[in-house]
Amino acid sequence: MIYKGYEAVIGLEVHCELSTASKIFCSCSTAYGGEANSHTCPVCTGMPGALPTLNRKVVEYAITAGLALNCTVNKSSGHDRKNYFYPDLPKGYQISQYDIPLLYDGHLNITDEDGQLLNIGIERIHIEEDAGKLIHRDGETLIDFNRAGVPLIEIVSRPCMHTAEEVKSYLRKLRTILVSTGVSDCKMNEGSMRADINVSVREVGDTSFTTRTEIKNLNSINHAGRAVEYEFKRQVDTILAGGEIVRETRRYDENSGKTFSMRSKEGQRDYRFFADPDLPRLTVSDELICSLAATLPELPDAKIARYCSEYSLSQDDAELIAESPAASEYYNTAVTLTQNKKTLTNLFIGEILPKLGENEPIVSPSHLAEITDLLSAGEINNGTAKLLISRCTAEDGMSPAEIVTRDNLGMIRDKEKIRELLDTAVKELPKAVSDYKNGKKAAIKSIIGRAMAISKGRADPVILNDEAEKIL
Amino acid sequence: MEYTSMTLKELSQLIHKREISSLELTENYIKKIKEKDHELGAFITVSEESAIKTASWIDEDILSSSSEKLHPLVGIPVAIKDNLCTEGIKTTCASRLLQNFVPPYSAEAVMKLKKHGAVIIGKTNMDEFGMGSSCENSAFGITKNPLDTARVPGGSSGGSAAAVASGLVPYALGSDTGGSIRQPASYCGVVGMKPSYGRVSRYGLIAFASSLDTVGPITRDVISNAAVYDAIAGHDPKDSTSMRGCAETVVDKIENGSVKGMRIGIPFSLIESHTDKKIKNAVMSAINLFSGMGCKIIDIELPDPALTLAAYYAISSAEASSNLARYDGIRFGTRAEDCLSIDELYKKSRSIGFGDEVKRRILLGTFLLSREMSDRYYKKALFTREAIKQDFDKLFSACDVIITPVSPGLPYHIGKYKTEPSARYSEDIFTVYASLAGLPAISMPVCKDASTGLQIGIEIIGRFREELTVYQSAYALENEIKNSERRCENDI
Repeated sequence: MIYKGYEAVIGLEVHCELSTASKIFCSCSTAYGGEANSHTCPVCTGMPGALPTLNRKVVEYAITAGLALNCTVNKSSGHDRKNYFYPDLPKGYQISQYDIPLLYDGHLNITDEDGQLLNIGIERIHIEEDAGKLIHRDGETLIDFNRAGVPLIEIVSRPCMHTAEEVKSYLRKLRTILVSTGVSDCKMNEGSMRADINVSVREVGDTSFTTRTEIKNLNSINHAGRAVEYEFKRQVDTILAGGEIVRETRRYDENSGKTFSMRSKEGQRDYRFFADPDLPRLTVSDELICSLAATLPELPDAKIARYCSEYSLSQDDAELIAESPAASEYYNTAVTLTQNKKTLTNLFIGEILPKLGENEPIVSPSHLAEITDLLSAGEINNGTAKLLISRCTAEDGMSPAEIVTRDNLGMIRDKEKIRELLDTAVKELPKAVSDYKNGKKAAIKSIIGRAMAISKGRADPVILNDEAEKIL
Repeated sequence: MEYTSMTLKELSQLIHKREISSLELTENYIKKIKEKDHELGAFITVSEESAIKTASWIDEDILSSSSEKLHPLVGIPVAIKDNLCTEGIKTTCASRLLQNFVPPYSAEAVMKLKKHGAVIIGKTNMDEFGMGSSCENSAFGITKNPLDTARVPGGSSGGSAAAVASGLVPYALGSDTGGSIRQPASYCGVVGMKPSYGRVSRYGLIAFASSLDTVGPITRDVISNAAVYDAIAGHDPKDSTSMRGCAETVVDKIENGSVKGMRIGIPFSLIESHTDKKIKNAVMSAINLFSGMGCKIIDIELPDPALTLAAYYAISSAEASSNLARYDGIRFGTRAEDCLSIDELYKKSRSIGFGDEVKRRILLGTFLLSREMSDRYYKKALFTREAIKQDFDKLFSACDVIITPVSPGLPYHIGKYKTEPSARYSEDIFTVYASLAGLPAISMPVCKDASTGLQIGIEIIGRFREELTVYQSAYALENEIKNSERRCENDI
């Protein structure tokens, strides 16, 4: 992404809600939705005298996320108060980690537009509490504290991305990794994953860092990409027009695709960070780290490598499958049930993958493997295979082979029947017949094609070819 | 019978023998509060209705059985400082901001008292949010010293100390951040204990300075104090700074311990330079009594008093500025009317709600934590605090307890510091040591000042977690004082 001789320098701060059952400092439920303020208690509403107690599950989930992102665990970290006033912040401060984060120095890999592997550094991951939600209605503002105290991890990347595509790949990969480890559902539309993006620009070849702006709270990967593109060009155009980039927070407007200034950071907020005296230091044992490392599932990168080497998938196909935990789980099961792995993979990518996100019944992995085998053995053709994939979900209990027999879907190999098909085709295409007889050998193809069409694709192509040549 | 001059232990014996009912006792105290408290102003709220209900219930359900195993607090009224949350009973922190705040839950220390059958009779006055040492910084009027109503009762737990000293209640809970139990106990001539930091749960104690706040009992005598301490001490999973493990009970061991051979550290030079003559004499009389019991007196040097005081005010104000941010007028407490913006609502609500001393400390604390100042002041204060802790570790290898005065002088007259409010900060010099180091410390009366009739107290500081040693030495001293008074009387 180069524009008028400039490139962008981009770093992300991504907030993810952890999927623990209870909040970070009290035992209230973290369930999304629910009647306003029904998941609250004196602790998460900041009542006088209430005190926080750390939910150890939050620490475990965060460490799991960190290990999956190749981070080092700080065996002793702290909780710090970030002080500011806002109506959705019950205590007048957020309990976060400022000085020493729980995790640091990780990375993840993405592939850029040219298929190059890029290593994106992760500076730190820390745990903190979410705030409540303001609801503006009829000139009034109401506050729902159900979300207050829901555990978050903030994942801070190094400023090492340069294009909107890289940003999108990074977010996709991050989501895949976090979802696959089960620590977060990363539903951007429900706000359980949101990104703040720092953007600055510099002339190509320059390696210094310049003044950056921060685009706040992006709630979809596509918006993130568009926001970066817009902000990058805006900054370059501003500079080329003799203007200056100011350190500020900006908001992305989905409708116009533009970013707008929210507040200048010149009179930067002073959060007056200090160690929270209500919480002891957070210590993590080697045993805990080891046991969490041992329970990590196969991570996307390992999966991709395995798919490429064991099943000869292309990098693109492997990434496509590895991106979704549901897809790779299905694929992992199905692919072990057949020897015809290439055929299964093609059927899976073409027919199964698009349906996995939707809430529709899907053919079971074992039936898909069976269909694959029927197809590879020439018992059925491609069209029938597709038909079976949709039919097997509807016809509970029947195997693909049973359906083939019952519905007479098998290949037509009987020479008599194939001749009948050809006779019909010859009658329908007298011109093709005369063309062929006048030496246009290619005309036979249209006759074979017509016969195949009449058979609804079930005619054995080899026999059909032989017989066609004989007849003509 | 005049119950109201009795100690908790004496009342407990009457209850156990069923010579008096809880209801009778409770009504007796309520009557006395009604008669006398308008002169003192020790109470913010008297929870008459719920107290009578609880007392009746205890009479019917507990005291009606012939059980011998009764907790010493069963059926006995108690007053609670108004910064400890009491479910269903208004808890104001003596602040206009919380003037109508009724908590939906009780503080853990209060829950423990309730569990042991205590009858909550009311909530006592204090300096707003615990900030002050005279009970003059209350939104609901000042409390007077029952020994001389022209003088302050001390603070911030001044209401609790005055109520106990004047017999309006047999015992009370207070809280101590930099001396808020010990100093008023001393000014009013009663016994006040600040346990080790983390010994008593802070859950439901409305925070002033989280790393210093403690909850403790105020009583008329040492053994009663130990009984209340036993009831409220112990680990609480709701308070992450609460000490792990079971607290050792004290009341059953207090009489066994001998102080003979005990090494007592006395900071002679600090006392010399920082107290007036009457206080010096009182400390000397205590030292003489301990010597007489076979204790070894050791001259010690405490950490620099100016640095200690500065560290205390820096840390406590910094924490307070953050702890008090939740009083924004949004969810509870006072909210200013007719505000056009959210910032205006914050500013007005807090301007109306907080008193001057609280505002002063919030401003100071906010300044100290600001980006430019934090390293220069706040972090230095934390460093100083660590150094003080280490100094005490060293001191306690050479002695078993340390004795200091509680306050540099006698209780002062109401209004003395009106024009220079921060000048009174230096009055806290002796008590902030134990606060910063997290150590247990008791304040107890040792003698009466002949000319004013006021009591003078001393402070006994023990090692971290060694409340028992503190109680044992206080108990021995209390007995020795009684004995010597008896000897004096015999001489006459």
